[in-house]
Amino acid sequence: MERIDAVVVGGGLGGLTCAYCLAQEGMQVLVLERGDHPGSKNVTGGRLYLRPLRPYLPELWEAAPLERVVSKEVITMLGQGSSLTMQFTSEKFREMPAHSYTILRSRFDKWLGERVAEKGGFVVPQRRVTDLMKEDGRIVGVVAEGEKIRADVVIAADGVLSLMAEQAGLRGPLAPRHAAVAIKEVIRLAPAVIEERFGVAPGEGAAHLFFGAVTAGLFGGGFLYTNRDTLSLGLVLGIGAFIKSKPTIETHQIFEAFKGRQEIAHLIKDGELVEYSAHLIPEGGNSPLPKPYGDGILVVGDAAGLALNMGITVRGMEFAIASGYMAAQTVKKAKEKGDFSASSLALYQTLLKESFVLKDIETFRHSLEVWENPRMTGFYPQWACKVLEQLFWIGEGPKKRIFSTLWKGAKQGLLNIQALKDLWRMRRI
Amino acid sequence: MDPASKLSIDIFKNDQESHIVIRQEICHRCEPKPCLRICPGGLYSINKETGEVVIEYRGCLECGSCRVACPSGALKWSYPRGGFGIEYRYG
Repeated sequence: MERIDAVVVGGGLGGLTCAYCLAQEGMQVLVLERGDHPGSKNVTGGRLYLRPLRPYLPELWEAAPLERVVSKEVITMLGQGSSLTMQFTSEKFREMPAHSYTILRSRFDKWLGERVAEKGGFVVPQRRVTDLMKEDGRIVGVVAEGEKIRADVVIAADGVLSLMAEQAGLRGPLAPRHAAVAIKEVIRLAPAVIEERFGVAPGEGAAHLFFGAVTAGLFGGGFLYTNRDTLSLGLVLGIGAFIKSKPTIETHQIFEAFKGRQEIAHLIKDGELVEYSAHLIPEGGNSPLPKPYGDGILVVGDAAGLALNMGITVRGMEFAIASGYMAAQTVKKAKEKGDFSASSLALYQTLLKESFVLKDIETFRHSLEVWENPRMTGFYPQWACKVLEQLFWIGEGPKKRIFSTLWKGAKQGLLNIQALKDLWRMRRI
Repeated sequence: MDPASKLSIDIFKNDQESHIVIRQEICHRCEPKPCLRICPGGLYSINKETGEVVIEYRGCLECGSCRVACPSGALKWSYPRGGFGIEYRYG
């Protein structure tokens, strides 16, 4: 039976980047995508940071279908019926090539798939891979819709659930604590309206994150990104925290409550809902696969748990692209040696460790422990909003000194053992 | 807006059979049944006549939250066949 150099399972950013690099080297590579085209099953929040990708195919990303330059960072802390918003902008965000762009995956990944084809890689849609082929304990190919495809190496780029990595024995099923569900609406608005509402110049946009009462106090948060002529409004909920919670509220009801908040309502007013989507986010950036490779297999992107929740920023796509690139470098070396065993493919792990991918993940290894603390999303935002409410409120009776309001607030919220412990823990973010 | 109305905006190509199968013998022993509240499409419900959990697989967004949340391994979960299921135009 004919055998190709590499078969990539999944047409997302990791898989397509890997395929692009391999095709560029003149290797025979096949991408199997279960959707109608790459991107048709993929969802992001979301935004892409381009700076970390500069060493990897810089010429490619500049021509990509990007939505808007993120020139404004906004964070809102929500209390019950109150909120505190902080907004930051910098000329540095506007310098070209820009720091970060909003993107939509259906068009972005489709475009990247076309680039792979241009380089001579084969991207085959509507092919769901159901099984890995194993011989003598090593992976020798895949089975897609009943068809067997042999390859020197399989690139498992099948996303956050990665049934391939599971089958290869490189990971167990995703634990609830290590996954969050993201629910998103894409809302159409005229570009000029977006620019006016968010106070940005044409072609520029905002990234707005929300935490606090948005998730009913559960681990997670909300986001709102401006695209060219749409908004991406979403809610992220930690699955572990959600299933342990007592109230019988459903995820989509929490989303609706979030969307109904006055802070959101005026931003999406008169917008037309054009898509409803949901996707999982690995919260496993805090525990990526200890071994993202095996005999005849490499695991990239979300499939390898390469994602990072840094609290104020959530990242995954740069890791997927960089890991796809490094997987391709590894395959190239393995082909030169004619050795696709685990010990040869272990180079991949070394490359990841030397790059920003595993360095950043290591640096922020403990951030999940800080952010999943229920007081971070429950007590503190509510407390801060309450103190501010008292400061600004002029009631019927005499007003207390600002200092005494602040002192009383601090005593209630911060000057206790629990808060000091939380503060001490914050050093790890 | 209820999830069913939102799903009606999306594009689906539905297969004849469900890609998610509930193993009732395991499912009926599960007390918390997080599937009933985790699904962003609100697709899990309890059949009033049989008392069994049922899924309306046709609106599935393929996120996999039910697979992760199910505490008892009652779901035989796979993606829809190639070319079927949700098709995101924005993503």
